[in-house]
Amino acid sequence: MRPVRNNGLVAFVLLGIVAGMGGLAFASVPLYRLFCAVTGYGGTPQTGPSAAPGATGGMITVRFNADTNPGLPWHFMPAQKEIRLALGEQALAFYTARNLAATPVTGTAVYNVTPDKVGRYFHKTACFCFNEQTLAAGQRMEFPVSFWVDPKLAEDPNTADITTITLSYTFFLTLEDAARAGALAGAGPHVGGNLR
Amino acid sequence: MASTTHDHGHDDHHHDHKPAFFTRWFCSTNHKDIGTLYLIFGIIGGLIGGVLSLIMRTQLAHPGGSLVTDGQTWNTIITIHGLLMIFFSVMPALIGGFGNWFVPLMIGAPDMAFPRLNNISFWLLPPALVLVMIALFRGEAGGGWTLYVPLTNATYQPGWGGDALLFSLHLAGISSLLGAINFITTIFNMRAPGMTLHKMPLFVWGILVTAFLLLLAVPVLAAAITMLITDRNFGTAFFEVAGGGDPVLFQHLFWFFGHPEVYIMVLPGFGIISHIISTFSRKPVFGYLGMAYAMVAIGVVGFVVWAHHMYVSGMEVDTRAYFMAATLVIAVPTGVKVFSWIATMWGGSIRLELPMVWAIGFIFVFTLGGVTGVVLANAGLDQALHNTYYVVAHFHYVLSLGAVFSMFAGFYYWIGKMSGRQYPKFLGHLQFWLLFIGVNLTFFPMHFSGLAGMPRRYPDYPDAFAGWNMISSLGSYISGLSVLVFLMVIVRVFTSREPLANNYWGDGATTLEWTVASPPPFHTFEELPRVT
Repeated sequence: MRPVRNNGLVAFVLLGIVAGMGGLAFASVPLYRLFCAVTGYGGTPQTGPSAAPGATGGMITVRFNADTNPGLPWHFMPAQKEIRLALGEQALAFYTARNLAATPVTGTAVYNVTPDKVGRYFHKTACFCFNEQTLAAGQRMEFPVSFWVDPKLAEDPNTADITTITLSYTFFLTLEDAARAGALAGAGPHVGGNLR
Repeated sequence: MASTTHDHGHDDHHHDHKPAFFTRWFCSTNHKDIGTLYLIFGIIGGLIGGVLSLIMRTQLAHPGGSLVTDGQTWNTIITIHGLLMIFFSVMPALIGGFGNWFVPLMIGAPDMAFPRLNNISFWLLPPALVLVMIALFRGEAGGGWTLYVPLTNATYQPGWGGDALLFSLHLAGISSLLGAINFITTIFNMRAPGMTLHKMPLFVWGILVTAFLLLLAVPVLAAAITMLITDRNFGTAFFEVAGGGDPVLFQHLFWFFGHPEVYIMVLPGFGIISHIISTFSRKPVFGYLGMAYAMVAIGVVGFVVWAHHMYVSGMEVDTRAYFMAATLVIAVPTGVKVFSWIATMWGGSIRLELPMVWAIGFIFVFTLGGVTGVVLANAGLDQALHNTYYVVAHFHYVLSLGAVFSMFAGFYYWIGKMSGRQYPKFLGHLQFWLLFIGVNLTFFPMHFSGLAGMPRRYPDYPDAFAGWNMISSLGSYISGLSVLVFLMVIVRVFTSREPLANNYWGDGATTLEWTVASPPPFHTFEELPRVT
């Protein structure tokens, strides 16, 4: 006679694996965000207040890119095409945005830097992209971004060849505004203005 | 819970008593009956999916096809074709059908560990099929079988047909998970005395590895489509960039499921082919342990290669290099399997009975598909080949030909055991040759179309791609004909009156299912066999 084995226990353990994998899949959202923030994966810049170490010898060019999702009725572009700065030097750049709609509109920007591998060396100390931005009807605004590039960039053999970094933003209509626009559109033509 | 001894005592009272029709088929707890239901379901799913593929090949026979007039309808057809074939044909037939029928028989167990769970596993599938058909007829499922966001979000795929499709996958997923739990428990706890893991038939090994893959992969799909459902309906932003989400996250989650899924579809087939090759070469399979652990290795490595489906999604070159290397590693255990099959045949006393012919056909088409897989694994090449017909040719060679050939091989190998009646030889061979010629005519030219740059998932193409597409379409009609012959085979099997011996294949067939009658009595192994 074989020893009695507990089918229920095996099934319970297997159900635990199922629950664990399901949980891991949901946890992948914050875990991936954390992973990117720590490693600079996919061109995720380092953010938050951190003091620049001060200019060192090497120079680098930072180019500025701006994209606007068609759902956002804004005109959004960089104020300067590029900046040439020393590694370790704190720099300030501006973007300009104008709301083309006849109502206030809130936008939110996503951002990264290319080449992807410089994410860990690019520090954004302050940026309009850290918050949602609201522009009144027809309002024009200058958005500042301050940043510095870590001198370690030149020491890392993986990134020593880099002479140009592109900083990129894409502005989207916030989900709340999009929902409101959808709700207004559903309410009929006499309610609210034309967001788009 | 001592289920073996418990069932044993209980069943003695009504030996081989079959319940009435409704109870027997709708409330079934018998692994053989549930296996039969799964097989019927798989055939139905395959027939519907097959009709869709004939519609697609008719549309693509020449440029400017006029059968499907709008892109959304076309996209829905390709989406549903893929999902039907995967979730409603190959998986039910190979895992649910042959798995339920032969895992208990091969390990000498009286039934599955949880017979009622088994019943639920099956009966979740018909409602899932209904939901898929709703999505098809509403034409609201045009995101491709990979369900990529944003193609499937509320903006680009509105309407509740899209949600029906996602819920259908939830049901099919729950069905698979319950089935997987049942298989693993059965295989771990209910093997006959003496049947150690290292004596277990390779088909059972295949099902065991498959069940673990299901257990680890399907919850991730479930999570991904749950996020998609809430994004679509409840304003969350898992995959919406504007809300801080990331559409590429969906691709990662999907392929973390999707890549093991391809092994889920083919591993049981590996097991079937091993038995057939061994039976008709009248030799034990070459390198048994290597074969078993090659399947385990394929299962393990299959979980760390998913992003080779995403080479063009904007990954860093280092990441691509890793996924490329890991993917190429899979060729090693797969090669072990192919070479071991050939080594099993080498010097064997080979009989070219119909299942053997299918098995050899399987090795041919699967190896061909595997070789193009090695080509596609290269991140550099894939930049050019991604989403071309070369990819379509590749995965149809391993799945639509490989997995399907293993299903037919298993059908012809075991239909005598399952039904007690043998298949008609001529019709069976006719079906093999029609399908073999048909699918090769269909899919081989797709390599050329793909290398020439023809993209997949379009209802039309420039004149430059005409010609090979016509040949592909003609091939699909020949395959369609072979399916009709297969239906005739089924009719002839069930109208035949020729009795069959327990072991109608003779010496080479050594596994436990050949020790019971053909067809097996309603209850088998009430007295546990002893394996030495």
